[in-house]
Amino acid sequence: MIHSLFLVNSSGDIFLEKHWKSVVSRSVCDYFFEAQERASEPENVPPVIPTPHHYLISVLRHRIYFVAVIQSEVPPLFVIEFLHRVVDTFQDYFGVCTEAAIKDNVVVVYELLEEMLDNGFPLATESNILKELIKPPTILRTVVNTITGSTNVGEQLPTGQLSVVPWRRTGVKYTNNEAYFDVVEEIDAIIDKSGSTITAEIQGVIDACVKLTGMPDLTLSFMNPRLLDDVSFHPCVRFKRWEAERILSFIPPDGNFRLLSYHVSSQNLVAIPVYVKHNITFREGSSQGRFELTLGPKQTMGKGVEAVLVSSQLPRGVLNTNLNPTQGTYTFDPVTKLLSWDVGKINPQKLPSLKGSMSLQAGASKPDENPTINIQFKIQQSALSGLKVNRLDMYGEKYKPFKGIKYMTKAGKFQVRT
Amino acid sequence: MTDSKYFTTTKKGEIFELKAELNSDKKEKKKEAVKKVIASMTVGKDVSALFPDVVNCMQTDNLELKKLVYLYLMNYAKSQPDMAIMAVNTFVKDCEDPNPLIRALAVRTMGCIRVDKITEYLCEPLRKCLKDEDPYVRKTAAVCVAKLHDINAQLVEDQGFLDTLKDLISDSNPMVVANAVAALSEIAESHPNSNLLDLNPQSINKLLTALNECTEWGQIFILDCLANYTPRDDRESQSICERVTPRLSHANSAVVLSAVKVLMKFMEMLPKDLDYYGTLLKKLAPPLVTLLSAEPELQYVALRNINLIVQKRPEILKHEMKVFFVKYNDPIYVKLEKLDIMIRLASQANIAQVLAELKEYATEVDVDFVRKAVRAIGRCAIKVEQSAERCVSTLLDLIQTKVNYVVQEAIVVIKDIFRKYPNKYESVIATLCENLDSLDEPEARAAMIWIVGEYAERIDNADELLESFLEGFHDESTQVQLQLLTAIVKLFLKKPTETQELVQQVLSLATQDSDNPDLRDRGYIYWRLLSTDPVAAKEVVLAEKPLISEETDLIEPTLLEELICHIGTLASVYHKPPSAFVEGSRGVMHKRLPARTGSGEGTESPDVGNVAGGSAPEAAPSIIPSQGDLLGDLLNLDLAPPTTTGPPPPTSGMQMGGMDLLGGGLDSLMGAGFGAAPAVMPASLNAPVGGGLGDLFDLGGGVGMPMGAYIPPKTVWLPAMKAKGLEISGTFARRAGVIQMELVLTNKAMSVMTDFAIQFNRNSFGLAPAGPLQVLTPLGPNQTIEVSLPLSTVGPVMKMDPLNNLQVAVKNNIDVFYFSCQYPISMLFVEDGKMERQVFLATWKDIPNDNESQFQIQDCHLNSDAASNKLQGSNIFTIAKRTVEGQDMLYMAIKLSNGIWVLAELKMQAGNPNYTISLKCRAPEVSQCVFQCYEAVLKN
Repeated sequence: MIHSLFLVNSSGDIFLEKHWKSVVSRSVCDYFFEAQERASEPENVPPVIPTPHHYLISVLRHRIYFVAVIQSEVPPLFVIEFLHRVVDTFQDYFGVCTEAAIKDNVVVVYELLEEMLDNGFPLATESNILKELIKPPTILRTVVNTITGSTNVGEQLPTGQLSVVPWRRTGVKYTNNEAYFDVVEEIDAIIDKSGSTITAEIQGVIDACVKLTGMPDLTLSFMNPRLLDDVSFHPCVRFKRWEAERILSFIPPDGNFRLLSYHVSSQNLVAIPVYVKHNITFREGSSQGRFELTLGPKQTMGKGVEAVLVSSQLPRGVLNTNLNPTQGTYTFDPVTKLLSWDVGKINPQKLPSLKGSMSLQAGASKPDENPTINIQFKIQQSALSGLKVNRLDMYGEKYKPFKGIKYMTKAGKFQVRT
Repeated sequence: MTDSKYFTTTKKGEIFELKAELNSDKKEKKKEAVKKVIASMTVGKDVSALFPDVVNCMQTDNLELKKLVYLYLMNYAKSQPDMAIMAVNTFVKDCEDPNPLIRALAVRTMGCIRVDKITEYLCEPLRKCLKDEDPYVRKTAAVCVAKLHDINAQLVEDQGFLDTLKDLISDSNPMVVANAVAALSEIAESHPNSNLLDLNPQSINKLLTALNECTEWGQIFILDCLANYTPRDDRESQSICERVTPRLSHANSAVVLSAVKVLMKFMEMLPKDLDYYGTLLKKLAPPLVTLLSAEPELQYVALRNINLIVQKRPEILKHEMKVFFVKYNDPIYVKLEKLDIMIRLASQANIAQVLAELKEYATEVDVDFVRKAVRAIGRCAIKVEQSAERCVSTLLDLIQTKVNYVVQEAIVVIKDIFRKYPNKYESVIATLCENLDSLDEPEARAAMIWIVGEYAERIDNADELLESFLEGFHDESTQVQLQLLTAIVKLFLKKPTETQELVQQVLSLATQDSDNPDLRDRGYIYWRLLSTDPVAAKEVVLAEKPLISEETDLIEPTLLEELICHIGTLASVYHKPPSAFVEGSRGVMHKRLPARTGSGEGTESPDVGNVAGGSAPEAAPSIIPSQGDLLGDLLNLDLAPPTTTGPPPPTSGMQMGGMDLLGGGLDSLMGAGFGAAPAVMPASLNAPVGGGLGDLFDLGGGVGMPMGAYIPPKTVWLPAMKAKGLEISGTFARRAGVIQMELVLTNKAMSVMTDFAIQFNRNSFGLAPAGPLQVLTPLGPNQTIEVSLPLSTVGPVMKMDPLNNLQVAVKNNIDVFYFSCQYPISMLFVEDGKMERQVFLATWKDIPNDNESQFQIQDCHLNSDAASNKLQGSNIFTIAKRTVEGQDMLYMAIKLSNGIWVLAELKMQAGNPNYTISLKCRAPEVSQCVFQCYEAVLKN
């Protein structure tokens, strides 16, 4: 099981360590640092590193490496999942997960880690339970604590942990009962030079914010449930009911949680919401290159495309650029060669474009690689796959809750090759 | 106000100040002080000096303070064992607190205090907590047993905690069950043979029920535990699969992968024609695809596992090629894995798409990735014949880019394509030659030299090209030197008139000026060949090469099966069996896929099954060489320079040896070298191209079988009493490819015997006399005659029991006598029983597991080379050999006279006189006989 945890910042310092069994010397991290040095980019550090006596399994999030040390055969996915859970919990508790935030709350961090793992076995990882055990720090509470001498630690046994619904605590009370669901879809796509789709898939999630009194039992049904043939559920969802009736039936956790995530694979036809016309050329023997880029909406189901951001890693040979955007602002970092263009909203009547020239190193041969264009965008009030919620019902409680469903489409890894 | 204030301390006497604060009367000040101590501890400062003061704060009803003190205790108890005893009383008291949270906290902390002296005090409280009324306490106590076991295993066993833990598997609370399983699994890891997790259908049912209700982590433990169970029949297997399938939709990827493992393993038992089998296959694809949309670290582990799954059951993901397409901002470790799987999934149906992608990747920035992409194009060409032409033209396009590393990589793969499709794409040689100067990597240079040598007759200036390489001969790597030597010899054999000088130059460079024994040896062999018999040299060096086959990097089937049982573990990430790398787990149980039971009668005899089961724990790990190695090895292009360990032998001695070799004939060279032949045989089997040494021995094998085939001692088949005075004893032998029955006829009667004749009854392999029994002179009283009767294998066939039974009738002037004898089946092993490594691998995989049987050979004291040598004498050919952790694995092939192949894997451990042998054959009946032969050959 998980033996120890080291937190390493981007400059390679260990700023926190925690051991669940015997103490492992921090020199074990030297192997990690070696791998870090070898990697060209921070994200290229391999997630599983063998050392003579241990294995180091790491994740990189918020520019902090969370390095777990294990000694025996442990499923690496289990470790990685757990590490991500640790990060999520920190974020949940402190708002952000940065080195400063962790250092500021080091005692809470230590208490959390102690609650989350016992002898390397996960103990309490549900944020509901953790929050009952260790209250998140707030300014108010800190003040109150100082005055009254009370502490962050709950005096109660976390009741949820033993009930049939471990994800929900008992005795929840709200004056305003509300249940909101966000259907968020991210489209990952690779578009080739000629504009045809090589692969496109949709990763969707339904995130919920449920603040309901008592023990409500919810059912959620869809207009087109057959879209959901590859789904992962929150443990609260009754799988049998889904199998039989294609209805989501569940007792929700209290607060924010991810109800389900789904995947619409490349085998279904996925609509591509934007298109790009591009002309990026370098001529042999010339120190100038042409750059032209035009964006336009494609299949957007009548909704506007907003928050468009185009970025591209230009070849190393490019010294500088001289471009004119018809809208928005563009920047080019001559050191990292990263071009980014904040477009904003796409106006279908007047398509945004970015045109101009690039200056190259004089005398150098023309770059071999073709830059890939990365596009981010958002489309409000629509889920690209067409998934629609039919109705939401509540049983088990008498009051009438506020209900709301929101749809959104975002670009995930949306890449256009040139 | 934040905790960071705890980090700012005054320089002077920090510990001293804390000490004062800890002993303060004010509760609040005390707590602040403990917080400061903890903060210092977390950043690795040594605050152990404060131990007594902190322990003093333990007696408190403030829960947070208690927890903080516990935190501190866990960290430092080890360094202050005497002081830690002070804390024991508080623990014992806390274990009886009315608040279950405190009870649980106490039992949890107790277990984390890794001090021997304390442990015995903890047994009583722990025993109570294991039977606590509150499940929260019970589940915490279950983990505590594992902790205690880690500190003092004997104590845990003596106190009977393991049995209590086993009882908890039937607890009413799913979380308790999950933790008990987790604790037992961990303990079992250090006791591989303890049968701690002895699963039966009832406990399986308990686990499956708990599976639905426990936390995600508990589900992982339970699923991993389920994977160790072997269902009794296909129905049980199916019902477990049905209950595990919903886990595929879990949000936690570790749960998903553990479920995949259980399904992959139990599926093995389902009959393939079952509808449910097909349904299950379909259900497995989506969760695997979904894993690829997770964080890159998860993707990496998932991809390594998918790599195994695709090899075992390619049908699952055959339509999902696109999800493996690489995004330009994937981390490099994800890119490389995706590429690997793309090639595995490549087929005629999707090859166009794959090639287009690969070409795109070849223009990316990352050098490692680009190289692998170029290599992948070559592998596609070899795998999908229809695409070869497009692949070659794509590679040519890439060579035109003149990007140095792309060109080099492309040349290396084009060489492979030449070997797969000879005489098809040689038109591109001219283009390749243009890039000769830009090659600076040994592998690319070696590949180019090979091409030039191989096609020397078509390249006008081949001699100039090779000569140009020769200038810096001693600066080249061994790989290039060896290749250059062979290429020039080839050139000489093709164009002897113009290149005499060149060949002499290279031979003298290789033999006189080199310190590398491989190079010298190869040089001498060529030299001698050329000087003794140029025609033979031509036959050897320019011999027809076997084609290389596709899929050169498949994992060995037995290893693959084991890895499938370890899906989701570190073993699956490294593609090595767990025993190969996880520390402290000596003697890990080797897991095997269960056999399909639907196939009717059990083909394995119970006895064999026993042996297989019993020997599993000591069975050895095997590691497949990394892909590069294997590929290189197969092509025998000396891609990996031979490792020379130790100082080179004194040159003068070698010179002497060389002189001597030159003096003697080729035959003596072969004779002298034959002792070592089996060791090099595997490498040379595949490719006589570059391996001159191997070629020679191949040749040797073909010309005449070396002596040393095992001949059993003569036994009396027909005693005189039963045959009116005629005694017949005899044996069987195989000499120069002819089976002979060697008979000794003794006349113990008073009269002369004449008119001998012999006949066989129909038998399993169609043995029949190939000629009459040659007893020309009459056999007088007390006379003995030895005759040898050549046998053929074309007689009528009838299955005998035992298989190798032969019924013989002998006639003489007195009467007809009948007797039966058993012939060693090794008589039937034919000389051309060698197999290509790839064919071997494929055949092994192809033969159903039901046909595998395992035997043990006891008390044999040969090393692997000697054994392989001995077996070779009886036409049992070693195809490959691997050494892992002092254990040698020999892979061997045998061909019977009726065309049946028998494949064998012989495991031997240095110092252990017991060998394990696994035999696979389409006709499993012969296994027993073959095993007897092994035993006979090895022990004699």
